Amino acid sequence: MAKLAAVVGIGQTHYKTRRGDVSIAGLVREAAVNALEDAGLGWDDIEAVIIGKAPDMFEGVIMPESYLTDALGCNGKPMLRVHTAGSVGGSTALVAASHVQSGMFKRVLTVTFEKQSESNAMWALSTPQPFSVHLNAGAGGYFAPIIREYMRRSGAPYDVGIKVAVKDRLHGARNPLAHLQLPGITMQEVEDSMMLWDPIRFLEACPSSDGACAMVICAEELVAESPKPPAWIRGVAMRSEPTMYAGREEVSPQAGRDCAADVYRQAGITDPRRDLDCAEVYVPFSWYEPMWLENLGFAPEGEGWKLTMSGATSLDEGGDIPWNCSGGVLSSNPIGASGMIRFAEAARQVRGDAGAHQVEGARLALGHAYGGGAQFFAMWVVGADKP
Amino acid sequence: MTAMKEIAVVAFSQSDCLARAGAANEVELIMPQLRAVFGQVGLNNAQDVDFVCSGSCDYLQGAAFAFVAGVDALGAVPPIKESHVEMDAAWALYESILKIRMDQAESALIYGFAKASSGELPTVLSQQLDPYYLAPLWLDSVSLAAMQARLLIEKGLASEHSMAEVVARARKHAMGNPHAQISGEFPVESLLAADTVVSPLRESDCAPVADGAAAMIICTVDKAREWGVPYAVISGIDHRIETHNLGMRDLTDSPSTRQAAAAAGVALGAVEVAELYAPFSHQEIILARALGLGDDTVINPSGGVMAGNLMMASGLARIGEVFRRIVSGEISRGVAHATSGPCLQHNLVAVLESA
Repeated sequence: MAKLAAVVGIGQTHYKTRRGDVSIAGLVREAAVNALEDAGLGWDDIEAVIIGKAPDMFEGVIMPESYLTDALGCNGKPMLRVHTAGSVGGSTALVAASHVQSGMFKRVLTVTFEKQSESNAMWALSTPQPFSVHLNAGAGGYFAPIIREYMRRSGAPYDVGIKVAVKDRLHGARNPLAHLQLPGITMQEVEDSMMLWDPIRFLEACPSSDGACAMVICAEELVAESPKPPAWIRGVAMRSEPTMYAGREEVSPQAGRDCAADVYRQAGITDPRRDLDCAEVYVPFSWYEPMWLENLGFAPEGEGWKLTMSGATSLDEGGDIPWNCSGGVLSSNPIGASGMIRFAEAARQVRGDAGAHQVEGARLALGHAYGGGAQFFAMWVVGADKP
Repeated sequence: MTAMKEIAVVAFSQSDCLARAGAANEVELIMPQLRAVFGQVGLNNAQDVDFVCSGSCDYLQGAAFAFVAGVDALGAVPPIKESHVEMDAAWALYESILKIRMDQAESALIYGFAKASSGELPTVLSQQLDPYYLAPLWLDSVSLAAMQARLLIEKGLASEHSMAEVVARARKHAMGNPHAQISGEFPVESLLAADTVVSPLRESDCAPVADGAAAMIICTVDKAREWGVPYAVISGIDHRIETHNLGMRDLTDSPSTRQAAAAAGVALGAVEVAELYAPFSHQEIILARALGLGDDTVINPSGGVMAGNLMMASGLARIGEVFRRIVSGEISRGVAHATSGPCLQHNLVAVLESA
């Protein structure tokens, strides 16, 4: 059996277009210090550091753990760098957790970041490769046709994505750390925004953010040493599948369904909509909310959009299963950290520490991340109750 | 503390070290090694192991997400449990061990690969330095290593002669290594007759950079017995990193290697063989001291990376080399080492023993 582990400290930076006041090292250290303070701990209490970010080509720093060793107090300690495309924030949290769940470590720090203002993601995601078709489109251009296929199959009305874009920004307005602060956003405003990759409008896409997110994860016997309530890790799962293969289901990838089934089984979840109190799910483009509602089993196939339109996923509309109360990726997107923010925000909810975007009485929450061509998935379920 | 679950290495394979793999893509580099390790255990594909973890570096191929192509080599349909480190695959092995010890897997496939010939490696690696103060200076990895060698010589811990001895021995050992890029009898004097490239380093002091891949399968001891294959046990593994500030480090020593060696239990038994990832000749001298190796240890019987440096896989290959010698009955205990970062900044040490 895996050893019990819990999140006892969470630290984030403000997410902004440009954090010109700090270097990359300053950015990760800010999140790490916030996490240590939240956990009531110091650098000496940390046995290992697990770091993650999206491709090195974003900021142009190869294997940045070498450079970030000092900023993260890691001299003389083990340091591991995870890179699993867009899911990396989630995967990094899982690899960090495995340090404790394996029994090999008692307390570790995990940090993820992106400083998009010092990078060019569109370029890095579109470098031409020998022997493959050059897709000079970034992520939006890749996912737009898949969204159109979802719309065709489900017969969803055209404004589902618009609804998600508004809902997540209203959530984000409750979260002082969120990059986009748009408390007055309207459906009309989203609809009127420029079409980028049909059907994804400007306001239906995630922003480019600078930011970092950190967590302290510790073994059961050390949980009581930190002052705030822990978030117990109740289930962890990863799945990968190739970018392309004959018959691949791209709208609702098998890897996502398998990953969800695995993490639900570990956490004893049979009906995610009923059993979970909230979810932080990687939705970088608005339409991915209804698509993931189905992929993750919150709604039957073809009916995810009905949940969205009914307000079930909205905190402001009193929905029964709020999604992305923090504002989600649509409100803040430091790419390498975005997955970990989902995992950390799920933990904040069950710790009862989510401030103005707290779901009242949240006891069990899902954190989700995906990456590549929607082919890499990482998920965890965290709970207020010790398993 | 309760006893950790024992980890068995059951299969290893590496490619020939090629200066240039030509038009071969990632999948073509990886596939033969996967087929080899599956064959050693009697498995069909990645569906037959519980976890897969790889190590690679996007910058070497010049592609964000270069590792994504690697997934195409796995047969990941239906989807598999898979992860990736932007590090040498020795650290992918480390992550896989965590996965087995937390009972989420009984077996794991690990692989590392690179096509470093796509760029000029010493220059490419300059971009792993502090991006504000050092990277803009384009301090290449050979120049930094030369500075380290100079300090070592000035301290009297090495000489150009002793460095050439390391190279001569490695190349001689490599004559028994079918994957070697460089091997043969090279008298020390003939090596010293060559000009330095960055004083005091000669070209022969720098490991030849190679394209290629390596793969390994590990599992629980119970699984190894179920599969009925010979295995070696990883009795200890640990890794540590040091400050990035070269001026704050004693470059003539490797305290992180000492720490990792102590935690991995290197001194708890005889070290018959040590496979060290020393991309520069003088670094082998530093590592041997840090590991406390004596004359009774054969260092780099494969020729080490002086025979060919498979970027992102050489660390894993060191572990694989020790595994091979244990299951062949040649030795019963050995040490393997992997490194990352400029001037041995980050070091991993593993101890392997016969079952």
